[in-house]
Amino acid sequence: MPLLRITSPHTHSPGNTGDVMQQVMLATIPGLIALSYFFGPGSLMNVVMASFTAVACEAAVMKLRRRPVMFYINDYSAVVTGVLLGLSLPPYCPWWIVAVSTGFAIVVAKHLYGGMGFNPFNPAMVGYVVVLISFPVEMTQWAAPRTALPDGQSLLGPLSALQQIWLDTGIDGHTAATPLDVFKQNDSQLVQHLYATEPVFAAGRWAGAGWEWVNLGFLIGGAYLLYRRIFTWHAPVAMLVALTLMATIFYDGGSSTSGGSPLLHLLSGGTMLGAFFIITDPVTSATSNRGKLIFGASIGVLIYIIRSWGNYPDAVAFAVLLMNFAAPFIDYYTVPRTYGHDKPRRATDNRP
Amino acid sequence: MRKIWGIPGGIHPPENKDQSLQQPIAEIALPELLVLPLSQHMGTAAEPIVAVGERVLTGQEIAAAKGLVSAPVHASTSGEIVAIEERAIAHPSGMTDLCMVLRPDGRDQWIELHACEDYTRLDHQQLVEKVRAAGIVGLGGAGFPTAVKLNPRANYDIDTLIINGTECEPYITADDALMQAHADEVVAGTRLLAHMLDNPQQVLIGIEDNKPKAIAAMEAALAAGEGHPGSAVEVCTFPTKYPSGGEKQLIQILTGREVPSEQIPANIGVVCQNTGTAQAAWRAVRFGEPLIARITTVVGEALQTQRNIRARLGTPIAHVLAAHGFDAERCSRLVMGGPMMGFTLPTADVPIVKTTNCILAPSREELPPPPPAQACIRCGMCAEACPASLLPQQLFWYSQAQDYEKLQAYNLSDCIECGACAYVCPSNIPLVQYYRASKSTIRRMETEKEKSDRSRQRFEFHKQRIAREEAEKEAKRAARKKAAEQAKQKLAQARAAGGGERTGGSQADPVSAAMARAQTRQVAPQQQQAKLERAVSSAESRLQRARQRCDEAGDEQRDKLQARVKEAQARLDDARQKLAAHEGTGQAADKPDPVATAIARAQAKMALPPAERLRNNIASLQKRLATARQKLDQARQAGSDTVEALQTGVAKLETKIAATRAELDDLQAGAVPEHAQAPSADSEAATAAIEKAKARAAARADMSPEEKLRSQIESLQDRLQKARLRLEKARADNDDNTDAFRTAAEKLEAKLTQTQQQLQQQPVTTDTSH
Repeated sequence: MPLLRITSPHTHSPGNTGDVMQQVMLATIPGLIALSYFFGPGSLMNVVMASFTAVACEAAVMKLRRRPVMFYINDYSAVVTGVLLGLSLPPYCPWWIVAVSTGFAIVVAKHLYGGMGFNPFNPAMVGYVVVLISFPVEMTQWAAPRTALPDGQSLLGPLSALQQIWLDTGIDGHTAATPLDVFKQNDSQLVQHLYATEPVFAAGRWAGAGWEWVNLGFLIGGAYLLYRRIFTWHAPVAMLVALTLMATIFYDGGSSTSGGSPLLHLLSGGTMLGAFFIITDPVTSATSNRGKLIFGASIGVLIYIIRSWGNYPDAVAFAVLLMNFAAPFIDYYTVPRTYGHDKPRRATDNRP
Repeated sequence: MRKIWGIPGGIHPPENKDQSLQQPIAEIALPELLVLPLSQHMGTAAEPIVAVGERVLTGQEIAAAKGLVSAPVHASTSGEIVAIEERAIAHPSGMTDLCMVLRPDGRDQWIELHACEDYTRLDHQQLVEKVRAAGIVGLGGAGFPTAVKLNPRANYDIDTLIINGTECEPYITADDALMQAHADEVVAGTRLLAHMLDNPQQVLIGIEDNKPKAIAAMEAALAAGEGHPGSAVEVCTFPTKYPSGGEKQLIQILTGREVPSEQIPANIGVVCQNTGTAQAAWRAVRFGEPLIARITTVVGEALQTQRNIRARLGTPIAHVLAAHGFDAERCSRLVMGGPMMGFTLPTADVPIVKTTNCILAPSREELPPPPPAQACIRCGMCAEACPASLLPQQLFWYSQAQDYEKLQAYNLSDCIECGACAYVCPSNIPLVQYYRASKSTIRRMETEKEKSDRSRQRFEFHKQRIAREEAEKEAKRAARKKAAEQAKQKLAQARAAGGGERTGGSQADPVSAAMARAQTRQVAPQQQQAKLERAVSSAESRLQRARQRCDEAGDEQRDKLQARVKEAQARLDDARQKLAAHEGTGQAADKPDPVATAIARAQAKMALPPAERLRNNIASLQKRLATARQKLDQARQAGSDTVEALQTGVAKLETKIAATRAELDDLQAGAVPEHAQAPSADSEAATAAIEKAKARAAARADMSPEEKLRSQIESLQDRLQKARLRLEKARADNDDNTDAFRTAAEKLEAKLTQTQQQLQQQPVTTDTSH
């Protein structure tokens, strides 16, 4: 019997990339439940559709690249991209938006750059931004949360939801401005008036009806991933702290030009989804812990800047993509101090 | 309780240590053959000192250490040396190496051992020699000769001795078993090593907290030896984490210090030894017992019995496995060492050596073959696990790209190959394999670079030498040529002075030479003046430029530029001074000054009475003789080839002195009045030459520059004609010197045209100068 001849180590920790990705999907469940409870089945449908599209695209590309299809499907990375994209897209958006964004994410943002591990930009965010820029009308219609619906209305049932998604039959009254939209469009009212008059705030507790719970759901999922050591705390904590700091500095007590309270920024829009599921994407973020701190903090600052002074009410996708650009640069300057060396060295330093 | 420092990274793989600790340390039967590789340690291989067919006793040295970093090999049992040949050894590459093959006779007859009751009575060197002679090397895995480590350089101030009982690798329990069974010996060994290192301030035994029995045994042994002189020994326990047992990591855990990159622990005052090494060193000193056996863990699900054995070095692993109910069908690979850092064996025929701490024969289920690697998702788990704080994924990336510069920039050389990164990698990438390959490539590249550097240096030196020799030859050639030209000129002058006849003789020569010298100098002043004028004008323009720039420049540059202006000014002044001085001498040079001085010198010489002259001659000859003798002595001492030549030179000088002395004697004896009245014919000729030269010089002084040039042209034409004649004659005779004559004629032609041109320009220049 020939003996195996391989180099050490001969043992391996249980778990592989597929397991990591499964954990990530598992961790999105609290957020998805919150989304579905407050906004109806739209998000779940998005997630299912995007996942299938992602897997189909992945398989097709793998077939084209003449790689073993199942081996790559089994790392679940495509599914995760689909799930995250489905969670980001507005519920009940037309089916083709889901298809275009997912296809773009997998085919262009991921595989045209070399596939798993080689893409410089977060595929889900690329897909999201492409449809956001191309189809702004469809992309800015977010469903009204259950608690802020006008009297006599209820959430869309599964059937009417499917109708809306596949036949694009617009049903008025089911969309509403998100908390961040409200702040973006506000230029005359004090913050406390907004909280009193706008239904989305009136029906909410801290940061807008539904949204606060969705964000808390993703926060729970993120905490679970941290507990499972799927990623380190550095990037998410840095991002949330930076965002909080920015919001605190520019809150100005609630005038009509206020950017909104820190709590609003932490618990609305895509903050928590971004902090724990998007910026922690290892492929496109900085590698060292110091690098992750810089990466996360920069995203936090950028999110606030774009939300407050940019053209878009939410900014996670743009901030993440911008910092994806900067990740290799950050890596260059944040090489950790190696054992036995006096100080960390820059990666540009070629001394032996 | 001492402070325990943390190390970055690290992993917690399943320990799998229980299965081999269920039984006490066992002995196994002797195999049919023992195979003892000559290189079981780091450093130079040992050299056989017994012949094939010789009978050896247990513990007898059969191969001697060669060089400082080496270790001897001893017979593990008594028997006959049946072969010294290449055999497969325990090496990841499956290579073969020279081994001594011993057939045991089963009697296990020991050689006489020299015990030592009290090692404190031996001096340090004797102790080191005992450890060295016993063939003790680091038993933890590296196999570095212990004696070398116990003899640190004088500039290393060792303040800490660490005994490594960490044993962080899964499965391995050899040190654990040893500490449980022979804690007293380990403690005694620890004290011995501390004694040998001059009792450092702290002596620490580091043990992971997953070995409670070993810790208890060691503490009991320490307590039993309470009151022992020397450093206090402390057992330090710390949380289990792989790779805490790495030397660098253990030092960091126990002292907080880091071994600087590419240095050894002694640099920071630490010496680290394995527990097994400490015990072996103690047995070597106390009982005189060489290292012929070690404790090895035999473990794995493919074995029926899993335990620790005291294995004789050289025992083939197949024999060990057979003694433990090895099921080859279930086993996927054989690992020497642990699952994290051990290496797979190509065959079970290789022997147990000094560094074999574990033989792992896992079943396929226990250590399944690695799954295919997936793409790196840059998750960073490897960086989290790395105990050296490296960025394994960057190293992997650049290893794939074969970017060796970047790999060095990312400190690949600081990777200890612990395998933690590969263990945690969710994409199952065999990272360590990449690092090893890159490291070996870098090592190879460095050796090659060193080699090419050396040969380049050699080549450059060679080139320099050739160039130097060339230059020397060229200089010699130039000197010869110059001498020849001078001689020619002298000849021409003599002819001119003596009316074309060779009347000059030896005494007339100095005069004509002086004339010739004066003449050459007379041509030069014009050129020199032109040169100096050029220098002045260029200095002027430089000064102007510097001033301009100074005016244009900003404040911060002004200082610098002003200095430059000053410098230019100084240079200009210097050039002007030189020119003025030259103009002064140049006017004088028109007068026959040099000629006059030369004449005066010659006259002075002539005026000396012959006796005086001869005496002078003798004095100078004697001086030359003295130096020649000195040279000869030197040459003799150096055994040089020139001795003979020098000898003849000395002899010649001696005869010359004798001749001159004889002449002087003659002179003094008879011809004193003769000398006063009648100068010799020679001196007559000389005076005539002097007269002629004087006339010439006077004529020249009167001549206008134009006339001077004319006369020059005339003489040149004359010379040219002669040269042409000579050339033709040479051509007719097919002389070897034809070429030389031709160039001489050409040169004369050129000079002639030049002088003619000067003549044409003369009136114009004189006009402008007035």
